[in-house]
Amino acid sequence: MRVNLTVNGRPQEADDVWEGESLLYVLRERMGLPGSKNACEQGECGSCTVRLDGVPVCSCLVAAGQAEGREVVTVEGLAEYARQRAAGRTPGAPEARAGESASLDAARRWQAGGTDSQTGENIELAPIQQAFLDAGAVQCGFCTPGLLVAADEMLERNPDPADEDIREALSGNLCRCTGYEKIMDAVRLAAARRSEGATT
Amino acid sequence: MTATGAPTGLTQGSRTKGGIGESTLRPDGVLKVTGEFAYASDMWHEDMLWGQILRSTVAHAEIVSVDTGEALATPGVYAVMTYDDLPTDVRHYGLEIRDTPVLAHGKVRHHGEPVAIVAADHPETARRAAAKIKVEYRELPLVTDEASATAPDAVLVHEHRTDRHAPHVPHPNIVHRQPIVRGDAGAAAGRADVIVTGDYHFGMQDQAFLGPESGLAVPGEDGGVDLYVATQWLHSDLRQIAPVLGLPEDKVRMTLSGVGGAFGGREDLSMQIHACLLALRTGKPVKIVYNRFESFFGHVHRHPARLHYEHGATRDGRLTHVKCRIVLDGGAYASASPAVVGNAASLSVGPYVCEDVDIEALALYSNNPPCGAMRGFGAVQACFAYEAQMDKVAKELGLDPVEFRRINAMEQGTPMPTGQPVDSPAPVAELLRRVKAMPMPPERQWESSRGADVRQLPGGLSNTTHGEGVVRGVGYAVGIKNVGFSEGFDDYSTARVRLEVAGGRPLVTVHTAMAEVGQGGVTVHAQIARTELGVAEVVIRPADTRVGSAGSTSASRQTYVTGGAVKHACELVRERVLETGRRKLGSHHPAWATAELLLEGGKVVTDGGEVLADLADVLEDEAVEAEEEWRHRPTEPFDPRTGQGNGHVQYSFAAHRAVVEVDTELGLVKVIELACAQDVGKALNPLSVVGQIQGGTVQGLGIAVMEEIVVDPVTAKVGNPSFTDYLLPTILDTPALPVDVLELADDHAPYGLRGVGEAPTLSSTPAVLAAVRDATGLALDRTPVRPEHLTGTASQDPPGGARNVTSSAPPGASAKSRSARGT
Repeated sequence: MRVNLTVNGRPQEADDVWEGESLLYVLRERMGLPGSKNACEQGECGSCTVRLDGVPVCSCLVAAGQAEGREVVTVEGLAEYARQRAAGRTPGAPEARAGESASLDAARRWQAGGTDSQTGENIELAPIQQAFLDAGAVQCGFCTPGLLVAADEMLERNPDPADEDIREALSGNLCRCTGYEKIMDAVRLAAARRSEGATT
Repeated sequence: MTATGAPTGLTQGSRTKGGIGESTLRPDGVLKVTGEFAYASDMWHEDMLWGQILRSTVAHAEIVSVDTGEALATPGVYAVMTYDDLPTDVRHYGLEIRDTPVLAHGKVRHHGEPVAIVAADHPETARRAAAKIKVEYRELPLVTDEASATAPDAVLVHEHRTDRHAPHVPHPNIVHRQPIVRGDAGAAAGRADVIVTGDYHFGMQDQAFLGPESGLAVPGEDGGVDLYVATQWLHSDLRQIAPVLGLPEDKVRMTLSGVGGAFGGREDLSMQIHACLLALRTGKPVKIVYNRFESFFGHVHRHPARLHYEHGATRDGRLTHVKCRIVLDGGAYASASPAVVGNAASLSVGPYVCEDVDIEALALYSNNPPCGAMRGFGAVQACFAYEAQMDKVAKELGLDPVEFRRINAMEQGTPMPTGQPVDSPAPVAELLRRVKAMPMPPERQWESSRGADVRQLPGGLSNTTHGEGVVRGVGYAVGIKNVGFSEGFDDYSTARVRLEVAGGRPLVTVHTAMAEVGQGGVTVHAQIARTELGVAEVVIRPADTRVGSAGSTSASRQTYVTGGAVKHACELVRERVLETGRRKLGSHHPAWATAELLLEGGKVVTDGGEVLADLADVLEDEAVEAEEEWRHRPTEPFDPRTGQGNGHVQYSFAAHRAVVEVDTELGLVKVIELACAQDVGKALNPLSVVGQIQGGTVQGLGIAVMEEIVVDPVTAKVGNPSFTDYLLPTILDTPALPVDVLELADDHAPYGLRGVGEAPTLSSTPAVLAAVRDATGLALDRTPVRPEHLTGTASQDPPGGARNVTSSAPPGASAKSRSARGT
């Protein structure tokens, strides 16, 4: 079957999709977006977390066909998503996504910010991405994409979370390397930077 | 075309000086937070096929027949291979003992053993085709524990053993046995005022790295193969892979792909040979990615263990003697079992002074899942038991458990049970003092004006208690781990370092085969290069087999050994640069000949800080390169009868204090805080060091209260191969983790550093168990501790493991939680 969806603001189309394929598989293997990770493919680890019409989901548990006509944001689009949100636009807002593809203009705005993928320099990061780097929340990094998407969504809803709020929101994302303490630090840091930015 | 996702060099910018001792950020960090970092499972190649492995459904059986006809006839299938299709007579592999069949022949020895492999154009096609292979088994009697392994009529797991341990073991179903006898434990027992014995059971833990076993094999035009794979030791893989393929090692070109964690679980081969076989058979690139279910069968686990201890002490709190017997279950294949035995035996007393010991450790062959390397191996199991014993003896003597440990704590110079003196700082008492001195978390921290925050209580959002029946406990533990490969192993690493001027600026390139598995070795190598060569910009080349072996990313050894190799290669480069400078510019300034010269800020400077020349002027368009092997001090084997010998190169120490709260009605445990103090010699990157300590601490928490692979004692089948049933700590299960880092230099090691990664995994588990005992008053002789052990509802543990897969939610829990809420 053919599946049409909007990924990180760009209309995407996949052909010859077998009905049993997950959204995760189609993103990774058919659309060249392997940032969402395949740690368990059972909905237990959260490493494949993406936003589907704004809602964080385990993309391994979403059949590709269920994503037909919908808006998906993956870790690859997180920086631009955050940039638009900061600019007051509402990426993936309900009025813009009801079954229609993003306009060409919108798609252009979703062009990846940086070009230097080897060094990572000159890439504009989302605040949560920068906070993960600065706090040392990344070791092997396999859980990182899902955690970033989940943490960014939590901070969108709750800009000033208590520690227990952070733990509750991220309890569906397993990490085996860090013991989570530096992930806590990263989310606290992102929240603090945001509130500093809001008051100054 | 080349494979997509092949790793490129990592360049770290020049904003900071970024030498050792600074918390520089990971050079691969930006790629990892943007989703662009290519893990092994992200590899892609035009026209690639997907490989799938068919695994045995029974633990021990003769293979009567294998029929691949229907699988081969499936549209989309390119190849099906069994043992009979292997290209050479080398059909086994193994880290030390080559006892593991590439594909089963005639017999399977454990649940999940590879029997056949399939390549197809879609992963689901490959899976379905594999399921169509008909294998007829005739089941054999099982070896599942020590009794069945060493019974007079025991089935032999491996007949006709020829490995080097075979002549020394009391039974062919024992992989390796290491006794250690020092002093006279029997006579010393006569001096003891108290003698305490205990029997302990340690469950089977899984590494549960998040990035599943994966790789891509691309056949080469020269008949060779390019393999991109996530592993811990490229050259060890290569040594095992090439002979099976019938290729010389230079035709198997290995490159490290992004590794999603390892923790020992990638020390053995998994899909490497299978992918290469299918690629060479089909002439097409073949990718294999395990799913989580398969991953539980696709790598070795931490050895479960039965441990018997006897400790004696005088009334004034001094240990008189220790006797112990540690039986590790190695499962069906040897893997790292011999080294695990050596560690368990030599570290079995812990970081304590005790002159009179009688120790025996051994690993069984059985039909249980193969066990091998996992963070802290051998030492983790022993620490759980000896620390439980230390608490018991302290209680018997009426002493504070920390005070009792302090009285017996080893120091620099104390001999190990092996007779080897610990010849660098051993701040055991100081680490305990520090964790004890940390402020305690507040009592009833869940209480607020709005009532109880159940997220901070045992049972969490299950809302099982609002504080009723909740009791707090505190426990302490300390441990000792060896660093580096031991027992005479030639433990070296290789580094190639190049210094040149590019675009007018000096640039260092570091090339090693070190497997970056998340620990931050790439960060540290760049820091070392900056410190040694005074150059801000450092490129870390991808790890591959075009440079010499780096040894394994295990045994807490990479910063020590490959870090040491990078430092050494940098020193050689520096000498050559200075020679060049003296030759070209020596006549310009007398200091070239007389002063101690350094490289700093891209310049040659005197130790007094005077600038002699820019590197750009010294080097011009010349590049200076050095590649050298580097070794730590040699070790020696343990005597096979007495266990005496200088077997280890360095020791690492950590101590924990655990604070837990236990819902005593439901047997649910919430760890409130897990504080650690560790001596790291020198923190090359403090941020990474703390990350290692916290990560290791939580893996220890996991084995204390959650994690266990449940193997059926009757069928030897794995009962919980999924993240649904194998419980890993989540961020909700994890407490605050304060860390206190000590830096007491080991003068034998580069920069005085001490391997960091494993020690925190040791003492974490017994500290949590001690805290749970403190809260409940129960003896608790097994780990993980489960609700039924705390509520008195556990029946006798069957030999070999647990019964109840859903142990974290006992049947009574939901009903009870309703009544708890109603009160």
